[in-house]
Amino acid sequence: MPKYLLLKRYRGGPEPHRPVPPIDQWAPEDVEAHTAFQHHVSELLESNGEYVDAQALSPARTFVRYGGPDAAPVTTDGPHPETSDLIAGWWIIDVDSHERAVELAAYVSSEPGPGGEPLYEWIDVREVMWERPRTTDPA
Amino acid sequence: MIGEPLAWDEAALRALVPRVLAGLVRRGEDFDAAEDALQEALLEALRVWPEHPPRDAHAWLSTVATRRLVDARRSEAARQRREEAVEAEPRVGGAVIAEEGDDTLFLLFCCCHPELPPASQVALTLRAVGGLTTREIADAFYVPEATMAQRISRAKRALAGPPARRLDQPGDLAVVLRVLYLVYTTGHAGRVDLTGEAIRLARQLTLATEEPEARGLLALMLLNHARLPARFDSEGRIVTLDRQDRGLWDTREIAEGVRVLQSALALERPGRYQIEAAIAALHDDAAGAEETDWPQILAFYDDLVALTDDPVRQDPAAVLGRAVAVGHVRGPAAGLLETDRLREVLGDRHRWHAVRGHLYELDGDLPAAATAYVEAARLATNVAERDHLVRQAARMRAAAARRP
Repeated sequence: MPKYLLLKRYRGGPEPHRPVPPIDQWAPEDVEAHTAFQHHVSELLESNGEYVDAQALSPARTFVRYGGPDAAPVTTDGPHPETSDLIAGWWIIDVDSHERAVELAAYVSSEPGPGGEPLYEWIDVREVMWERPRTTDPA
Repeated sequence: MIGEPLAWDEAALRALVPRVLAGLVRRGEDFDAAEDALQEALLEALRVWPEHPPRDAHAWLSTVATRRLVDARRSEAARQRREEAVEAEPRVGGAVIAEEGDDTLFLLFCCCHPELPPASQVALTLRAVGGLTTREIADAFYVPEATMAQRISRAKRALAGPPARRLDQPGDLAVVLRVLYLVYTTGHAGRVDLTGEAIRLARQLTLATEEPEARGLLALMLLNHARLPARFDSEGRIVTLDRQDRGLWDTREIAEGVRVLQSALALERPGRYQIEAAIAALHDDAAGAEETDWPQILAFYDDLVALTDDPVRQDPAAVLGRAVAVGHVRGPAAGLLETDRLREVLGDRHRWHAVRGHLYELDGDLPAAATAYVEAARLATNVAERDHLVRQAARMRAAAARRP
C-alpha cells in the first residue's frame, strides 16, 4: 500500500488561499481549537489504521555543510529566514490510493484558523518511495 | 516464510491456523472473536512450544483459542468459567481435518470480502489464513503494529455476519486471486517473505478448487519467482530480463510452474492469470534473450488485451506489455506507436516512460531514450527502480556522446 507524506509549512508553498497572521497572534481559543484539531487528525488516522508517523518541527534551524578536510563543519542560519521555505511538521500515512491521500490532505487543510474558520492551508502531498524492489520483471 | 529455523516447526504451526479457525467458525463462533482468540493462542504457542511442544498441535491451538473465547465472553463467576472451558474442550478434534482445502477457501472468502479495501483484505488474509502475527504483517508493510492491529479489527467489524460464500460466486474468487497476487507483488521485507507466503497460499487454494485461474495464478507466481535470484546483482541493483544470468534461474520452480500451467490450460477455460503465466513461461523457456519467442509472446498479449472491451482504459498494463512485444516483432517504431494510445491513461506513470525508453533504445535513438529514462526516473516510486532508470539514462547519454 502506498505511503504518503502530508507536509505542513510555516512558510513557503503556493500563495496562501486565506492569508492569516502567525499563530501567536490568534485568539487563545482559536489556538486551542487549532491544536485540538491536529490531535484529532492523528487519532482519526490511528483509528482508520492509516497512521504511520507524525512529527512537529521547531522553526529554529541551522544549515550545516562539510568544511573540508581537517576543517570544522560550516554552519549558517540560512538565507533570509523570513522568506525561505520552512517545514512545520508532517503526517506519514499508509493508504490504499493517491486519491485517499488527497482526501486526507484536504481534510487536514480544513483545520480551524482565526475565528474558527478553515485555514485552507496548502498541504504538500508526497509519495514515499519504496525501498523494496518489485518482485516481477518489468514488461 | 520465516527466516531462522527453530527447534520446532513454525511453518507447520501456521499451516494449522486456517483449519483451527474454520473449525471454530463452523461450530458457530463469531468470526471476529474467533480470529482474535486464535491470534492469542498463536502468540501463546510461539512462546510456549519451543520448550514444551504439544502432543497434538491442532487440539492445543483449538483448546487454547476456545479458552480465550470463553474468557472474553465471561462476565460471571469463576465456577461457571471452569464448567464452560471443560465443556468446550472435548468438542475440538479431528472432525475438521478432512475439510482442510474447504477451510482455506471458506476463510479466503471471508477475508477477501469484496467490500473491504485492498489493504484490509491483505492484512486479514495474512493473519487468518497465513497465520502471521500482527507484528509480522506490520513489519512487512512498514507500518506501526498498532496501525496494523487497528486495520485488522476495523476490517473484521466491517464483515457483518458469518460469510457463507462458495465457489458458485466466481466474482469472489477473482477478488481472492487479486489479493494473493497483491501479497506476492508486495514482496520481501524483514522476517517475512511475502512472495513465499503468497505462493504457499495460492498452492493451498489450488488444492481447494479446480478453478483454472487459481492454477494460472500459482503458475504465474512460480514462473516469476524462479527468476528472482537473477533479478539483482551483488550490489542490489536491478538486472533487467535481457541481461540476467539465466543460469541463476530456479529450474525446479520453472518446471513446477509449467506443470501447473499445463494442468490449467487443459481445462480450456482461459483467463488473465493463465495468459500472463504463459508469457512468463515463454521468457523462462528462452536459453538467451535473443532466443525469446516474441511472436508467440505477442500472440498471448493479443489474447490478454482481448479479455476486456476497452483495454486501454480497463487494462493499460496489458496494452503496455503488448507494445514491448510489438516493438520486438514489428520494430521499435511500431511499438512506440502502440504506446501513444496510452499517453492519456499512463503518461504520468514511470512505467510508460521506461517502456518508451526501452523502445527508443532498440531503435538506436539514444537521446530520445535518455530523455524517456530521465522522465521515468523522476516519476518512479521505488528506490531500486529509480536508481536503475537513472543509470539507464546515464548509459544512453554516454553512448550517444561516443558516437562519431
